[in-house]
Amino acid sequence: MKKFTSRMTISVIGGLVAAALALTFTATGAHAASSDATINVGSLYEPQNLDNTGGGGQGVTEALNGNVYESLFKLNDDGSVSNLLATGYTVSKDGLTYTIALHKGVKFSSGKSLTAADVKFSIEKVLSPTSKSARKSSLGAIASVTAPDDSTVVVKLNSRSISTIYNLSYIWVVNSAAKDFLATADGSGPYKFTSWTRGSSLTLTRNDSYWGTPAKNKSVVYHYFTSATALNNALLTGAVDIVTTIQSPDALKQFASAKYKITNGKSTTKLLLAFNDRVAPFNKVLVRKAVTSAINNKKFLQSVWGDYGTLTGSMVPPKDPWFTDLTKVNPYNVGLAKRELAAAGYPKGFTFRLDTPTYDPHPAAAAFIKSELAKVGITVQINSVTDDQWYNNVYKAHDFTATLQEHVNDRDLVWYGNPDFYWGYNNPTVTALINQSETALTLSAQTALLKKANRLVVQEAASDWIYLYPQIVVAASNLSGYPLNGLNSQFYAYNIVKA
Amino acid sequence: MRTLNSPLVRYLRRRLLILVSSLFLATVTLFVLLRLIPGDPSNSLLSVGATPDQIKAARHAVGSDLPLTQQFFHWFNQLIHFNFGTSLISGVSVSGEVFSRLRVTVPLTCISFFLAILIALPVGFISAYRRQKWYGTLLNGLSQLGIAIPVFWVGIIFIYAFALHWMVFPAGGFPPDGWHSPLAAVRSLVLPVSTIAIVMASSLVRYVRSATLDVLGSDYLRTSRALGFKFSHAIVRHGLRNGAAPVISILGIELATTFVGAVVVESVFALPGLGSLLIKAIAEHDYPVIQGVLFLSTLGVLIIGFLADLLQRIIDPRLNRFTESRSG
Repeated sequence: MKKFTSRMTISVIGGLVAAALALTFTATGAHAASSDATINVGSLYEPQNLDNTGGGGQGVTEALNGNVYESLFKLNDDGSVSNLLATGYTVSKDGLTYTIALHKGVKFSSGKSLTAADVKFSIEKVLSPTSKSARKSSLGAIASVTAPDDSTVVVKLNSRSISTIYNLSYIWVVNSAAKDFLATADGSGPYKFTSWTRGSSLTLTRNDSYWGTPAKNKSVVYHYFTSATALNNALLTGAVDIVTTIQSPDALKQFASAKYKITNGKSTTKLLLAFNDRVAPFNKVLVRKAVTSAINNKKFLQSVWGDYGTLTGSMVPPKDPWFTDLTKVNPYNVGLAKRELAAAGYPKGFTFRLDTPTYDPHPAAAAFIKSELAKVGITVQINSVTDDQWYNNVYKAHDFTATLQEHVNDRDLVWYGNPDFYWGYNNPTVTALINQSETALTLSAQTALLKKANRLVVQEAASDWIYLYPQIVVAASNLSGYPLNGLNSQFYAYNIVKA
Repeated sequence: MRTLNSPLVRYLRRRLLILVSSLFLATVTLFVLLRLIPGDPSNSLLSVGATPDQIKAARHAVGSDLPLTQQFFHWFNQLIHFNFGTSLISGVSVSGEVFSRLRVTVPLTCISFFLAILIALPVGFISAYRRQKWYGTLLNGLSQLGIAIPVFWVGIIFIYAFALHWMVFPAGGFPPDGWHSPLAAVRSLVLPVSTIAIVMASSLVRYVRSATLDVLGSDYLRTSRALGFKFSHAIVRHGLRNGAAPVISILGIELATTFVGAVVVESVFALPGLGSLLIKAIAEHDYPVIQGVLFLSTLGVLIIGFLADLLQRIIDPRLNRFTESRSG
């Protein structure tokens, strides 16, 4: 019995070891040549579906924007806008008609030719009543879209809108004959959509009949993770070549070797302490200024991100043309905060509820704000809320006093010109400046007006803009050509080369 | 006729009736509890910047603006036609989505389960039969330790050791083309399967040990040995059947628990299984997906329990007699 047991044990262990070794050695292979390389991208942002007008989320932008789908104009990684499917455009003297010429010979990956009719369909898709696009409200000036011939699109506006070209860079040109936009994609970009295994990965393959410069790699596989630790482990074990966004600088220690490259780009994501400017006590400018001056944003940024991240003092990130460093307008100064509170009629402070999303870094930010404001006599009651509760109570019902939230897009100062927005900031001068900026004749005039509006918004401390997130990308050292800045979550993969 | 009236068949009918009623009750409870969670599925499709018109249109599109009774009967009607509907978020068929995830969860659960049994039966037996020896005590202690350690922690230790340190297995994920790359798929399941198997085996060892001790101390085994039968013959002939009945009952519970509990391990190892689908669906209030996954999980658990009970009665006919005498 004993002998049988030990023999069986040895053979079972031996079998398992042999199987493990066999599996291990089948795992690795020689590196492919760079143009035939597959780039494995690790991300936390899996699309919800593949339609950016159907609630696809930021994951669909990261995977498909510029890779599978293209727009008339392209938002470059440095924040500038250039022609893409458009070869150029003219604007009528009254600024109400944009005539856009299209590249000829462009085809979707399915083989169908891309025509002006597809562009018209795509713009109207974003504007349709069922569209869930967050950009729909920015396109309110569009009155009609026509396609006089296959390579010309005419966009007519109700009123001047200098952001028209920029706004069109968000509209993907889709195949108007396509039946399903949620689960599959047929674009004109350098990659063909190949497959999507939900909960796991999304694969793109080089479009060999692409009209422009071909992708420098053969395929891109986006691997999706729900945990940042699992994502980082995937990079450490070589399962992915690049991580699009590192969530915490603590994680960077494990990549401090020659095997990895760490880049520190500029994102457009801001962390805000948003006051409900409609209700007491935050309906008073002095109270908002006092709270802003009582919180040491620099200290908090360093505690969360170390040497990464940026203080901007406003909603405007450095990539926006109207950026100005306004960190000194409401400086960190506890004495000043106390005086402002007293002048506002709250010498002993007050108590307020801070609706705090449950995911990082919001809980830590809430705890920090609580300790900072305690120094000036303000008591913060932290109220944890799920995303869903936040959207229902804060965004839709405006039932809050103050909240923490991230705002990811660039050029979103305009929300301070909308008194119905969730934070309810209402300054008719600012609204007028923002409206005027949209009808400005030149980009420099638009920039000047928005700089002025931004300064006013900051002077009235409409919110406390805690910091601008860093865009930390970590990649294997044999990788190059990837985007460094995380503008609106886009991630152009076609220039990535694996040595 | 006699067969149709046998105690086992009567039990089978009663048990099936209980299964169907339980499933119906679970269905109603599930629907009601889900709607008690504050929130709206359309929120997941919208972002900051959505206009009131967009919010209204999105609610209409996902059907969350309909009265609850209408929503329930719509779902129930789909259910009795074996249609789980489509995801509110991704727009794909729930049954297609669920069955694609089962390609990971079913192998994960089943392989772990059988591996756990393979470990637990000999270890449990030896730890009971050789309880006076040092290794019997050691195995007993190790099983106690295995029960005390949370499954996610075992997973993290395995990732650290076998993926990050020795780099012999992947830290997580599943190949993009799934089982079309069988070796890669198997490799990605080695650590999760081992994690579940070790924790489950630790628990099973306790039951096997206890059942073995009962058998070893039983009168029938002693009588059998006194009649001159070898120990191995006595154990196989008399001990195995008697000891199996309680262990089967536990195995049923363990299999169901592992199937439902795979969610934790799938999360640690970033596996695209049923658990990760459920977590995502809950976060997005994707009611059809949540209802589909939980309905199938409930059905699975009830069927496993049913089969375990049935098997017990086949192995130990005394249970039928006991039930009969109690009922009448």
